[in-house]
Amino acid sequence: MIGHSATELLGQLRRLEITPSELVQAALERIDAVDGKVHAFLSVNRESAMSAAHEWDGRYSRGDTIPPLAGIPIALKDIICTAGTPTTCGSRILQGWVPPYDATVVTRLKAAGAIIVGKTNLDEFAMGSSTENSAFGPTRNPWDLDRVPGGSSGGSAAAVGAGMVPIALGTDTGGSIRQPAGFTGVVGLKPTYGRVSRYGLVAFASSLDQIGPLTRTVVDAALVLGIIAGHDPCDSTAANVPVPLYRDALDQGVQGMRIGLAREAFGDGLHEDVKDAVLKATHVLEGLGAMVEEISLPTLPYALPTYYLLATSEASSNLARYDGVQYGLRVAADDIYAMFTRTRRDGFGPEVKRRIMLGTYALSAGYYEGFFLKAQRVRTMIRRDFLRALSSVDLLAMPVSPTVAFRVGEKVEDPLQMYLADVYTIPVNLAGLPGISIPCGFGQGLPIGFQLIGKPFDESTLLRAAAAYEQATPWGKQHPPLGWT
Amino acid sequence: MTSPESSPYETVIGLEIHVQLLTVSKMFCGCSVAFGAAPNTQVCPVCLGLPGSLPVINRAAVELGVRTAVALRCEVHAASQFHRKNYYYPDLPKNYQISQYEYMVHPPLATRGALELAMDDAPRRIGIHRVHLEEDTGKLVHAERDGRVVHSLIDYNRSGVPLMEIVTEPDLRSPQEAHLFLGQLRALLQAIGVSSGRLEEGTLRVDANVSLRRPGAELGIRTEVKNMNSLRSVERALAFERDRQRELLDRNQPVIQETRHWDDRREVTFASRSKEEAQDYRYFPEPDLVPVAVIPAQVEATRASLPELPDAKRRRYERRHGLTATDAALVTSSAVMARFFEETLEAFPNPKMVSSWLTGEVVAYLHARGKELEELPITPSHLAELLQLLDRGTISGRTAKDVLVEMLETGVRPQAIVQSRGLVQISDLAALTQVVQEVLSVHPGPVADYRAGKAQALRFLVGQVMAKTQGRANPELATKLLKERLGA
Repeated sequence: MIGHSATELLGQLRRLEITPSELVQAALERIDAVDGKVHAFLSVNRESAMSAAHEWDGRYSRGDTIPPLAGIPIALKDIICTAGTPTTCGSRILQGWVPPYDATVVTRLKAAGAIIVGKTNLDEFAMGSSTENSAFGPTRNPWDLDRVPGGSSGGSAAAVGAGMVPIALGTDTGGSIRQPAGFTGVVGLKPTYGRVSRYGLVAFASSLDQIGPLTRTVVDAALVLGIIAGHDPCDSTAANVPVPLYRDALDQGVQGMRIGLAREAFGDGLHEDVKDAVLKATHVLEGLGAMVEEISLPTLPYALPTYYLLATSEASSNLARYDGVQYGLRVAADDIYAMFTRTRRDGFGPEVKRRIMLGTYALSAGYYEGFFLKAQRVRTMIRRDFLRALSSVDLLAMPVSPTVAFRVGEKVEDPLQMYLADVYTIPVNLAGLPGISIPCGFGQGLPIGFQLIGKPFDESTLLRAAAAYEQATPWGKQHPPLGWT
Repeated sequence: MTSPESSPYETVIGLEIHVQLLTVSKMFCGCSVAFGAAPNTQVCPVCLGLPGSLPVINRAAVELGVRTAVALRCEVHAASQFHRKNYYYPDLPKNYQISQYEYMVHPPLATRGALELAMDDAPRRIGIHRVHLEEDTGKLVHAERDGRVVHSLIDYNRSGVPLMEIVTEPDLRSPQEAHLFLGQLRALLQAIGVSSGRLEEGTLRVDANVSLRRPGAELGIRTEVKNMNSLRSVERALAFERDRQRELLDRNQPVIQETRHWDDRREVTFASRSKEEAQDYRYFPEPDLVPVAVIPAQVEATRASLPELPDAKRRRYERRHGLTATDAALVTSSAVMARFFEETLEAFPNPKMVSSWLTGEVVAYLHARGKELEELPITPSHLAELLQLLDRGTISGRTAKDVLVEMLETGVRPQAIVQSRGLVQISDLAALTQVVQEVLSVHPGPVADYRAGKAQALRFLVGQVMAKTQGRANPELATKLLKERLGA
């Protein structure tokens, strides 16, 4: 199964060339073979995955009607709730917590026949860009075990990149799907804010968080999005916008499509290798019939500070519930407030604490207007800026990250440098737009990601251009040197 | 303590009223709000605040909020916003409460309304600052051993129950006015079907801000009084707090801005022992919820669907039935009472008599027994029948009071009580003359006193006649007969 997309595997399943239990067995064997080095998974559900696979074996062999992902092993970022199995968020504070309910995306994937083989590592509460902020140790980049896989969905990206599963779900608040996808050479899609239900996604920053797929191909991303997208009565921010048949649009090409290249995204701090690869990618699209033009996004430089005020403000409130009262870690003390304090002191890692403090400050009396409200206004300006640009072009093109994957430990002591890793992805979350990262080459032997950004709820156009690019280039078919057999 | 009349200070009171809404389910999830279930049986990931859960607004709660806002003549905002009120407390599962706030860019459900206070001299307009929606917290249960708390348990059944907060302007000027206002507000909420309005059960909770000032001066430093669980305790607590502040000011001591709790048994307010640090709730718009949209057509439809409000009813009673504003306010103080009044009138069309018996004897009985009008085993026709017996002179006023109590206890019709107990008023001249004769002969002292010019001795003799007849004597006839005999 290694190196095959879910779409290819589904074909083999339908032709009865393989069975779901063989597939799940292969995934588990691959995890056993390489995850000791990569550490993509925090938990693996061998028994439940195998028993689900056996059921699908029967349905395939009987020729029953088969839902779209039947028998496909998948992995979930461990911040998405799964009933009956632990959901840690990469944090000590949720030690021992087992959610009593499935996230909406989990319900939908299960109904589509997907088999959850395990939960993947992440930066604690999705706060980070390297998966080094996990309380359970870092994940390694399958392309170079000394490098980070990106983050915060580093476990999901590495699991797909190392051929352990063909599909994983990640979450993206400021780039946490796209950046690790870029670092590990897989496809990562962040849908429009409101496209996918957040019910059951443990919140980091509610107005920015979105769930999306990490896959080996654009077709697979379209397949998964079609299953998880759509209105959910349990999430009032999940928009009631019809879900198109994403795969139908994929082979329509980019002839006549207009693609904007934001001038501000190609300035200081962008590594030459990345810049070259991304510009070459736009030339490929031009060659396929798209019209590439330079545009301007003057508010782009304000995105990073705006994000670090808004995301931390929301996080400071979202993470207040971890107090030792109902679930997770409790550090006993003489009175309730001391218990709160000690539980949170011992339960949270340094980056989470840093962000809670930042956010608490930005919301405090006397600072609210100057920080939170002002950042909200800037966010509106950034969104308008993007929408204005997207009124004259169909898509925007940008790098995913300014560099290729950096070394483990390289930026741990320098949060600002770490934050800069998301400089091209964060604005897209602030604007609430869909963005995709697709492999577009290598620098220093490491994958480089190419980012396309679309109009709200127009994932179809985004996937269409990404698919055309993928077809025309060899990058997505490369495998990391990790004992491929 | 000084009497209110002599005070150089004006009392300024504003109220914050928390109203539990009559919905079937909670504010942000589908769990039941039914009272009295076993602890933690009416809970789900949302009202437990579990990681990953999300709130969804209960449409019925918004509709009840709009209904209240329209009845209180508020401006209902086209797009109102929920906020998070952040504070750490063990009964608050998310450590923030989803509430509303008053940033005008993100307004609460409704603002700027009014309720007219029914006063006999001139009606007064009490401003409504805002009406907003929020969720209730869980309930802490402290297990004690030898007077010490050994551990605390939390019942989350109440967590997420829909609450509406009504905040008045500081327009009330006395504890009596606060009492009157709350009575009227409660009647309004009951009439429009928004709340059961029971302070005793906590479906209506009142906090009051009280301060004193010299008339025309800036507002004084206020205290917030909590834990008042009946209309009468509100009035008593506010009177206590007013007098306490006045004594401080008279002695040139400062009033400290603090929260004070009313102790209903000791009849005092006391400062909360908990540390009252200046709380910074760090309100910000709730990102998990989209704004609540209320279009003008919905407001109009709500307006059209409202029943006659107690205010209008009160004015109608004043106009058509000639009741005083105070009596009319009392009769309309609950929807049940008003309906009882009108139905009694149908069989006994004497509004003043009906209102005076209903708001006097009947209410006194209810207070004494701690009951509600709707719990009584009688119908309006019972009261009408009783008043007819009284009006026709079949029974005396004193007998009528006794019959009323028995009727309220048993539900037996007054006619039957009067007959079975032989309570028919003695208006028979011969029978009464005999009693009068007896009384005069046993009480020569008062007889002499009266003849010597002490008019009040007559009252004693009438009383003796009434006593001898177990209250059945027609008092007017008895007086007449006594005077005749004494004058002779």
